[in-house]
Amino acid sequence: MSRKNPDYEGSKWQHFAQWTKGEYDPQKGKLETHPPVKSKKSGTDIKGYLRKMWNENKDLYEEKQEKELSLFEKIYFFVAILLGVFITILLLVTVSHLPRFGDANAPENNEVARRYIEKGLEETGAVNIVACMILDYRAFDTFGESCVLFVAATCVLMLLKSDGKEKKDTESEYVTRRSEILRPAARILVPVIIIFGIYVILNGHLSPGGGFSGGAIIGAGLILYLTAFGFERAGRFLSEKNIRIITVLSLTFYCFAKSYSFYTGANHLESIITPGTPGALLSAGLIVYLNICVGIVVACTMYSFYVAFRRGSF
Amino acid sequence: MGTSVFTNYEECASVILFVIGMMNLLLQSNLIKKIIGLDIMDASVYLFLAAKGYIEGRHAPIYTDGITDASYYINPVPSGLVLTGIVVSVSVSALMMALTISLYRQYKTLNLDEIMMKLRKQESEEFIALSNKTEGEGSK
Repeated sequence: MSRKNPDYEGSKWQHFAQWTKGEYDPQKGKLETHPPVKSKKSGTDIKGYLRKMWNENKDLYEEKQEKELSLFEKIYFFVAILLGVFITILLLVTVSHLPRFGDANAPENNEVARRYIEKGLEETGAVNIVACMILDYRAFDTFGESCVLFVAATCVLMLLKSDGKEKKDTESEYVTRRSEILRPAARILVPVIIIFGIYVILNGHLSPGGGFSGGAIIGAGLILYLTAFGFERAGRFLSEKNIRIITVLSLTFYCFAKSYSFYTGANHLESIITPGTPGALLSAGLIVYLNICVGIVVACTMYSFYVAFRRGSF
Repeated sequence: MGTSVFTNYEECASVILFVIGMMNLLLQSNLIKKIIGLDIMDASVYLFLAAKGYIEGRHAPIYTDGITDASYYINPVPSGLVLTGIVVSVSVSALMMALTISLYRQYKTLNLDEIMMKLRKQESEEFIALSNKTEGEGSK
């Protein structure tokens, strides 16, 4: 049971609530105020006068504007060149004070990089130091990147989405013509490209590559498939809904897997994730799975970009 | 003035690329060319970062033969930063392209100056229409 205030109407809380709604003015009657004076010149007169002036002096005004515009363009060009020269000189002077190219004692080769290299294999089990850095030590950063990609793909689709009316008019434009060269070539190339992309993703912790490059390769394969076989065939399994579901599932898995790893790591708990034997395919703890997630997100994003720019919708 | 401007060719190249991209951004009035200029600026930053990560006579940051000595590999941190940068720049370019296409659909031109002129004209027409409307209401 809540207790009711019998004097609620006059309570301070009630006044405050009324004040926030704009019904009550605590300073009413206490301050000197002037009643608002109605101006004699009403707004319509000024606008009508302006309109008259505009119609009378239109040519003069436009001529003057053109003159000002050409002067502004000249000054703009000059100032832009000046700015460019100034920034070039400034940056070249800065470069001249930097350490020599390839210098081992440069300040950026500090204990951070040394720590990653010396402990990376032992702590994460990944052979590729860059992969162990971006998907283990800095995994949160990579999660943000994947989210940036997802948001960018969504925004592009939103901006370019054509409404149904327009689509019907231009539908015939997007019907893929039967091409004698493209289709047989795509039939051979698409599986090879996609398998190579999967190889790059799965070996991301062992060799150069990883989720981003492998995902881009798979995306290129999907785009080739779409170009060769048309929207109808590609849309069977690559519909907008499927792509959204796959992307969001990958991002969610990434989020939960890495949260678990952070939670156990920060609290010194026993974790089921082990570095494994370095060099094996299923080693390096979470890195393989996170690489797969990132690869799926990148491939779907590349494909959605292409579809959005080509047709506006799936 | 330092002395290493004649040995740091990579950094000098990245500075020149950066300024080329910036001049594109400032002087071109075509929106697509502006986007290309921004991409050139991005590329120059990646070149700079990659050049900073290199150490002479060392190997790519992938463990070979179980060597975990830090003096055997180059600096892996700038490589990771370049990766981050590429992903973000791809997203930014795609978004800019989409906005450009929307602008083109509205104004049927890619020239920024022409778009601004059309916008001004539209605004002044709207203003005249508005003043006509209010005058008509006043006379009633």
